[in-house]
Amino acid sequence: MSVYDQVSATRGRQGGRISAAAGYLAANPATAICFGVLLLFVLMAVFAPLIAGDPVKIDPAQRLTGPSASAYWGRDHLGRDVFARAVYGSRMSLLVGFSVAAIATVFGVAIGIYAGMSRIGGAIAMRLVDAMMAIPAILLAIAFAALMDAGILTVIIAISIPEIPRMVRLVRSVVLGVRQQPYVAAAISIGTGGLPLVWRHILPNTLGPVLVQATYACASAIITSAVLSFLGVGTSPEVPSWGGMMADARSFFRIHPELMVYPGVLLSLLVLVVNVLGDRLSDALDPRKMVRGSV
Amino acid sequence: MNDMTSRTPDSDMVLEVENLSLEFADRDKVTYALDAVSFSVGEGEIVSLVGESGCGKSVTAMTIMGLLPKHGARVTSGSALLRGRDLLQTSEREMRRMRGDRIGMIFQDPMTSLNPVHTVGMQISETIRKHRRVSRGAAEKRALEMLDLVRIPDAASRLGAYPHELSGGMRQRVMIAMALACDPELLIADEPTTALDVTVQAQVLDLIADLRRDIGMSVILITHDLGVVAGVADRMMVMYAGRIVEQGPTEKLFADPAHGYTAGLMRSLPGVNARMRDELREIPGSVPRLDRKIEGCVFAPRCEFSSETCLAPLPQAQERAQGHWTRCIHANAVCEAMSDNDIVRAWA
Repeated sequence: MSVYDQVSATRGRQGGRISAAAGYLAANPATAICFGVLLLFVLMAVFAPLIAGDPVKIDPAQRLTGPSASAYWGRDHLGRDVFARAVYGSRMSLLVGFSVAAIATVFGVAIGIYAGMSRIGGAIAMRLVDAMMAIPAILLAIAFAALMDAGILTVIIAISIPEIPRMVRLVRSVVLGVRQQPYVAAAISIGTGGLPLVWRHILPNTLGPVLVQATYACASAIITSAVLSFLGVGTSPEVPSWGGMMADARSFFRIHPELMVYPGVLLSLLVLVVNVLGDRLSDALDPRKMVRGSV
Repeated sequence: MNDMTSRTPDSDMVLEVENLSLEFADRDKVTYALDAVSFSVGEGEIVSLVGESGCGKSVTAMTIMGLLPKHGARVTSGSALLRGRDLLQTSEREMRRMRGDRIGMIFQDPMTSLNPVHTVGMQISETIRKHRRVSRGAAEKRALEMLDLVRIPDAASRLGAYPHELSGGMRQRVMIAMALACDPELLIADEPTTALDVTVQAQVLDLIADLRRDIGMSVILITHDLGVVAGVADRMMVMYAGRIVEQGPTEKLFADPAHGYTAGLMRSLPGVNARMRDELREIPGSVPRLDRKIEGCVFAPRCEFSSETCLAPLPQAQERAQGHWTRCIHANAVCEAMSDNDIVRAWA
């Protein structure tokens, strides 16, 4: 066996990460269930037109009728198909949740690492972050949503902005710890510096907490977007959203509580699985805790 | 050799540190960490920097590597010439190019000195790819050679291992492999064996000594363990409170210490013939605070040989024999007092 063969054989072992992740899921049924539920939500959002009928078609003649073959969960006060609206509503929640998590992570990590590495710039950034965190997130989001045109992009931006400072704060605190680690000094002592140092040695060691925070941001964005829809800020009322459905159902809660229960349960379930996955994922991606596949 | 070197032709020294003084300035207080430290490291030589915690050993190493924080640490005088090129006047950009390539460093704690999220193969390759224009495959091949060189068994399969999968001794070998991957002229080993158990200590020291011979590099070995020094160092420098108080060939310092502090250290060693009821001799008192400049001998308050004259401004270090320097004005008295010390004889 030549040296090169040995090297490539060793490399093949690193590719075992995915199979190791699969092994991890097999060993942790709770995580696997949550992962499966999230996958169902995603499939539901993607294939909504195949699963449900028209979510916006109004049919006043059939308003507040019970479950039927054409509307599995009955119809709301305008005669719209509740099942269809719930299915399409998952699009809004998932889109907002994932987008906000992505935006908050990208900006939060970039600013957080800068704040952790630079003394003066960091001090300025952190004061700004403190100022932003003093304002309640929902208030900030409502203000931004009111300032901009209605639409899902507005909702995403409005929710992302208050999420970024949380991420910045977390990343900075992790970076402050990581940069004191001997392995960072060791990396500098072999000539690594500047961006490569941040990219290869500091960033990867912040990813565990960042991932948890990102899933938390995702879950909280889903709730916030529902709150905004409930309050009638952001998107127009005919766009199906769980928050909007609950707002509509409020007036009929006494006679038709199920109109509130359907979107409410879906919302709670989605937020729950996202939160659980966040906790588990940070364990699964840590090489120290990772269950290695066969070597 | 590199053409960046502005070599002085008459110097065969790899590293020459001249009159290096350094202070740490906080808002309202200054710590004089190094005071006129001068020493040199010859080609293929293992030189040991010995002293207790806080005496300035690591600060000296960090200064040479340019690793001290820019704010706070201030070099007030002196130079550190690597093959004639002053490292203290070199830009951070240039220093980055030299670290890992011309000077390697290994650290005290191998458990935390490797990045937990990268494989050891990747971390060794990083040094190589940083300084040499080679393909990933060639760098990995070199990494494998390095693992073999530092005697890691079954090196090929260790390349893909994460640091937590290796023992402390293995990790320190990986650190050595990282530091030596580009054949540096100088290796700075900052307490390389402190965190290891005794048998592993001996293996790592042997490894460093052998590599010095095979690769032909020079080594600065920082330690507080005189046993380590006695084992491998050609010369030793004894540091106390930011100064080098005595330096010379290792056997010479063990046999004829010529400074009150060195003598105190030697006396505190257990002799080979020591019996259980024999008490080890300690040095009374404790290390001085370094928040003001001390004119006279820094060790005088704790020294059994000290007199009034020790507190007066100190004369320059005196050379007692070829390469044996001391800053003690009572060197003769110390030598005489130590001449009948069988403990020292046993270690030397």
